[in-house]
Amino acid sequence: MAGAAPQGASAGSDIYRGNGPRLLLPVWLWVGIFLVAPVLIMAVYSVLTKEFRGGVIWDFTLAAYDQFFLDRGLFGDEPPRIEWTYIGIFWRSIWQAGLATVLCLLIGFPTAWFIATRPARVRSVWLFLITIPYWVNLLIRTVSMKFLIRDTGPLNEFLLWAGIIDTPLALVNTNFAVQLGLFYSYLPFMVLPIYAAVERYDFSLSEAAADLYADSWTTLRLIILPVVKPGIVAGCILVFVPSLGAFLAPELLGGAKTFMIGSLIEEQFKGAAGNWPFGAAASMILLSIVMAVLLLHARAQTKGDRT
Amino acid sequence: MTDLRHFTGFRPLTVLCLFILYAPLVIVAVYSFNESTSITRWGGFSLKWYVDVFTGPEAPKFRDAAINSFTIAIGAATCATLIATAAAVAMTRAGRFRGKLASLALINLPLMVPEIVTAVASLVFFITIGLTTGLLTIFLAHVVFCIPFAYLPISARMQSVPDVYEQAAMDLYATPWEAFRLILLPLMAPGILSGFLLAFIISLDDFLITNFVKGAGVETLPTAIFGSVKQGIKPNIMAISTLLLGVSVVCVTLSWLIGRAGQKR
Amino acid sequence: MKTLLTTSLLALTLAGAAQAEGKLSIYHWFEYIPQELLDKFAAEYDVEVTMDTFDSNEALLAALKAGRLGSYDVAVPGDYMVDILKQEGMLDSFTPEELPNHGNIEDRWLDVAFDPGRTSSIPYQWGSTSFAVNREVYDGTADSLGLIFAPPPELAGKINVLDTSGETLTLASLYLGIPQCSADRAQLKALNDLVMGAKAEWASFGSDVAKDVLVSGDAAAGMIWSGFSAKARAEGAPIEYVFPKEGMIVWMDNVVLLKDAPNRDNALKFMNFLLEPENAAAVTNYAQYSAGVKGVSEFLAPEVANSPESNPPSDVTGVFVQPCPQEVQVMYDAIWTNLKK
Repeated sequence: MAGAAPQGASAGSDIYRGNGPRLLLPVWLWVGIFLVAPVLIMAVYSVLTKEFRGGVIWDFTLAAYDQFFLDRGLFGDEPPRIEWTYIGIFWRSIWQAGLATVLCLLIGFPTAWFIATRPARVRSVWLFLITIPYWVNLLIRTVSMKFLIRDTGPLNEFLLWAGIIDTPLALVNTNFAVQLGLFYSYLPFMVLPIYAAVERYDFSLSEAAADLYADSWTTLRLIILPVVKPGIVAGCILVFVPSLGAFLAPELLGGAKTFMIGSLIEEQFKGAAGNWPFGAAASMILLSIVMAVLLLHARAQTKGDRT
Repeated sequence: MTDLRHFTGFRPLTVLCLFILYAPLVIVAVYSFNESTSITRWGGFSLKWYVDVFTGPEAPKFRDAAINSFTIAIGAATCATLIATAAAVAMTRAGRFRGKLASLALINLPLMVPEIVTAVASLVFFITIGLTTGLLTIFLAHVVFCIPFAYLPISARMQSVPDVYEQAAMDLYATPWEAFRLILLPLMAPGILSGFLLAFIISLDDFLITNFVKGAGVETLPTAIFGSVKQGIKPNIMAISTLLLGVSVVCVTLSWLIGRAGQKR
Repeated sequence: MKTLLTTSLLALTLAGAAQAEGKLSIYHWFEYIPQELLDKFAAEYDVEVTMDTFDSNEALLAALKAGRLGSYDVAVPGDYMVDILKQEGMLDSFTPEELPNHGNIEDRWLDVAFDPGRTSSIPYQWGSTSFAVNREVYDGTADSLGLIFAPPPELAGKINVLDTSGETLTLASLYLGIPQCSADRAQLKALNDLVMGAKAEWASFGSDVAKDVLVSGDAAAGMIWSGFSAKARAEGAPIEYVFPKEGMIVWMDNVVLLKDAPNRDNALKFMNFLLEPENAAAVTNYAQYSAGVKGVSEFLAPEVANSPESNPPSDVTGVFVQPCPQEVQVMYDAIWTNLKK
């Protein structure tokens, strides 16, 4: 994400000096009106009173956050305890997004490295192959995965035919399927930023390490990984953030059986629950988690730049 | 001496990665040519599901959805590209000024806000200001998240073009606008086209935000496909998926060719 | 550049505001009305028809609440949802004179509790909600909701339930023999424990997919609507629609005239059109439920008129879903969320 952006305020030419603010006005207006203002309005909604069956009443209350964090029993009259339902849903989403990130990294890094170290002519073909899935509709990819792993789908047919299994594997409608879906959905997002970082890697560093009798895995660990870390971090963020709010994977691959954050929020606006302030509050909490992750990343990066 | 670039096992992992990425797509593409109505049993090669997509009972629905999708994608990508180009000039060619770092954060903000949050925020925003949801609301929301995707290739390209040509033009009394229009813009064309294509495909791809802000009687391809697959995966959906897969491949190829042409210059 | 932008904006605005004369905008259940019937109406009255679909009464309400009211002319809510929409002030009303075919409404569906005298709605189709079981997988007695809520080993892990709290929790209440909208602690706890325990045996939650999972064999039993089950059977699923001894849900879907309908006249024309016996029968022949209109029988396909799904044995009891008051509904919502956490 940050990789291709100009570094800081000092970079670049200044031949259109003085025009900066004017040229940035459209982006400020558009993103300001259609993203920042909506998020602020949503923040207001999260402290409004819910109207029965959808909608809000303009009375300020913290009821939505109370409902999120505090359990007052099914009948609302017990002394408040910590409510684990929603924290649990968030925790499982974070866990699944984290696991998807790790899996993507384990496959994505070697792939990015391998492609980036091919000779120039072959490299562009590999790169082309890895870019295509990145540009293919996410919905279509999720549907394809569902088709592949369903009980009567090609994967099970193949395994039955090959005699590896006797009864079809029940893959679809499980948490495993959701996990697989997340991994599959966002894998290309991991490869490309790491590729960009490896491409800029200076191989004289590896040569120096080899001269000092480091074996290749030691070089990887001590030299290469630290140098290409920005690309890895960017890739991890590009996988983790969308996985966290994923909707299609739990809905289509998980059989809508267990909520992830995305489906929990959707249910408040499109399903039976009709609790808009609660949906807004859950969105605010999700946004806070993501912003915290990004701030940590930004701080680590500026620290890294200084050293 | 060992090859410093070589790590044992990386090649098979790469092949595995590509296999994982392509296997489901290829299988769906293959099955879209299935004669049989049962989606999992192979009944011989046939183009009948493609005929069905264009002439079958659901054809009008998918045609309207496709028209909506492409209208919105072209409109949103155009608008986002204009905004992103202006922003890229400011960020790479206008020296230092106040608010530059904040602007960079703002441009990338749509990437950082999870999609479900943007979707909810957009919905409550349109309800609050009383704008009836429809095609227009989808367009307004799509431009927002298309901006950073258009910006990335445009700014990357602009950084790689030295400003000496514009400098020379301005020494010859060209106005900044003329220098931009006559010198920078043609040099920038590959980057701008790449940005447009990326924004276009991102808009075409979007399901979640569209599903929240679309109005009565308005479907885009992803929402129409989602509505259909919720009832089960049908062969005609596999045919549409394969067609859309084709659109993506064409766009990547175009972008790739443009990129190569740009490098040669 | 600016002109390009302005033009594209203008085009989008125009396309978005395409609610001119000669249009009709319908919000309908999915897979419930034959396209040919819509085409017929469009041709007969020279009206351009657009239709969106939903998969639960609650989704319909949510969409209307979220700014779609004023965009649709007619919608097709179930009985209790008509009641709710009325309470929410989302319905317009008409006089019987505005619908020349008003007299075609079957007498028993005329003075219904949710719309006495039929001034905002007309009967569309009625049927039941229960479940179907795959007879190749399970050949024991099938007469109890226990097959869903306490399934035998053959069915465990192969059950689809409807993804709406209203119908699923009502069937669960029937199984337990507790009244709907009960606020009794012990009963709610029992309800909560029942569905939590049963969830382990359920494969998926899905309403749209209810037919497909039975046809494809992904599920061996599934909650389903009567006509949808008949369609699944017609598509080759070896299933039997079960009339449980604990009772089942009976419902009636209705075409309602929505408030602020942009094309009120066409909406009334459409409602009148649907009260023609021939047209009502066309819906029945397609969706395989039962119409609430006089004189349809001569137009019905025999396999639809005589389908086992539409002809329950006389001793089975059916109940309508009741809209619960807010303080009770909150608890049912909590049980549902708890179920899916």
